[in-house]
Amino acid sequence: MNDVMVDVHDVHKSFGPLEVLRGVDLKVRAGEVTVILGPSGSGKSTLLRTINHLEKVDRGWISVDGELIGYRRSGDKLHELKEKDVLKQRTDIGFVFQNFNLFPHLTVLDNLVEAPVSALRRPRGAAEENARRLLDRVGLADKADAYPRQLSGGQQQRVAIARALALEPKVLLFDEPTSALDPELVGEVLDVIKALARTGTTMIVVTHEIGFAREVADTVVFMDSGVVVEQGPPAAVLDDPGHARTRAFLSKVL
Amino acid sequence: MALTADSAAAPPGATSAGTDPASRTAQDDPASLQVVPARHYARWAAAVAVIVLVAQFAHGLATNPVWEWSVFRDYFLSETIVQAVWVTLQLTAYATVLGFLLGTVLAFMRLSRSPVLRTVAWSYIWIFRSIPMIVQLVFWFNLSALYERLGVGIPFGPVFWSVDSNSLIGTIGAAVIGLTLHQAAYAAEIVRGGVIAVDHGQLEAAAALGIPRLRQIRRIVLPQAMRAILPTAGNEIIGLLKGTSVVYVMAIGELFYQVQVIYGRNGRVIPLLLVATAWYVLLTSLLSVAQYYVERRFARGADRTPPPTPLARARRFLAAQRLAATRPLTEKT
Repeated sequence: MNDVMVDVHDVHKSFGPLEVLRGVDLKVRAGEVTVILGPSGSGKSTLLRTINHLEKVDRGWISVDGELIGYRRSGDKLHELKEKDVLKQRTDIGFVFQNFNLFPHLTVLDNLVEAPVSALRRPRGAAEENARRLLDRVGLADKADAYPRQLSGGQQQRVAIARALALEPKVLLFDEPTSALDPELVGEVLDVIKALARTGTTMIVVTHEIGFAREVADTVVFMDSGVVVEQGPPAAVLDDPGHARTRAFLSKVL
Repeated sequence: MALTADSAAAPPGATSAGTDPASRTAQDDPASLQVVPARHYARWAAAVAVIVLVAQFAHGLATNPVWEWSVFRDYFLSETIVQAVWVTLQLTAYATVLGFLLGTVLAFMRLSRSPVLRTVAWSYIWIFRSIPMIVQLVFWFNLSALYERLGVGIPFGPVFWSVDSNSLIGTIGAAVIGLTLHQAAYAAEIVRGGVIAVDHGQLEAAAALGIPRLRQIRRIVLPQAMRAILPTAGNEIIGLLKGTSVVYVMAIGELFYQVQVIYGRNGRVIPLLLVATAWYVLLTSLLSVAQYYVERRFARGADRTPPPTPLARARRFLAAQRLAATRPLTEKT
């Protein structure tokens, strides 16, 4: 059995009076692909954002590769980490946004080189070489000198994936990576993610693409109202859901 | 009207066997019909009226003897005036650079998570926007009356080092400090406006990539904020250039003060005011051109195809002219 790469334990999170996460437990094994499904407002994006500490949790804890995220434990106390240390932890956790969030004023190559050079202190030459290799991998080797706005949405999202990979993270988080794309561009982004899955990258993907979940996921997690309703292999969760809520959701999206 | 009448008479589907197809197309195809441009009589009348007014004004400028263009010519490039322009430029440059540096710090203080920094920055901006610049300048001019000596020490405690305030800050220094402090309050709000205009997703992406905080600001936020900062900053710098004329109250030899000194001596008020006006217009124009190119630089990546510079456009125009001029020759040979 593989080691646990991401361990989410009893995580709670509220925005004002709204309780978005109400005690979420989740274990993601190294090299596996976990797909999180659920209706909008079910807390899936928030859960993903707590894993790289873009959102601070109110209760519970999260660890990535055995390292507590956002806190340092000494004895029975949790010390909040300084921003500098949180930033350092994030270099192990790649994040791909729904809206790509590429830096529009930097070329594609500079988008990929920025974090390795400034956060990991890699020499620029090596970082550029690695960036070009990654662009080749997502099929955009010829776009290194283009600016993001000169690319299609699908191409921008592939650049964003390459940018996340440039830090050689231990785990990749995808927050609805195809939701902002025109239907005919969804395929090219999913193909890149599938190719990554085959290389044994640990990934957590929040998506509405059921077909993708069925094909790629090792584990499908269904969330509703801030809790994990059920999880298991895609065949079990998608074809023979045990809960009425899962069945109701699937009947709407399938 | 004619077109719709035609098509109503012969709808597209109804081809009668008797008509000649060639004449039909000539009549029915809108592309082959002559276009008569609309006539804008009111617009032409307004243009004529405005041209007459402008011509009258130009005539007055050229012929009214009070302007004394010969005096203007004598003084425009005279040593005193050129030196005064140099002082004006120095005051503007120092106050711009220092003002925007301090303003940027204040802007990030106001955006910081520390309530102390936020409150201090807010209060600074509140105070310095509330004091008229001229009042503040006179304050600084009289600093030595307020504080005879300036020192470094612990508040309410011992002073370790002190110096006579007049020897530390001359009149030019006092003017630069006054202009800077005034400018910083406005610059802070301009920079803050630019920073909050940057999409929040950009900061999230930078944070998610683990880019260090200062680097996020310098490399990701500020370059994008510049697009929103520059137009207003351009306004401010031009305002400051003209605003330096206020320091004449401190008897500093900048442009406006020097002009007043000269016309106080020789009584040629109008032509000397014209000298100052011409210089201010010239310097402002140069700043406007500089602003255009700086804005262009920070627009990188904002457009799919950046527009050509006026210079590139002029060059392209000349090249096209040259081509047009040479073409008949090459065709003949």
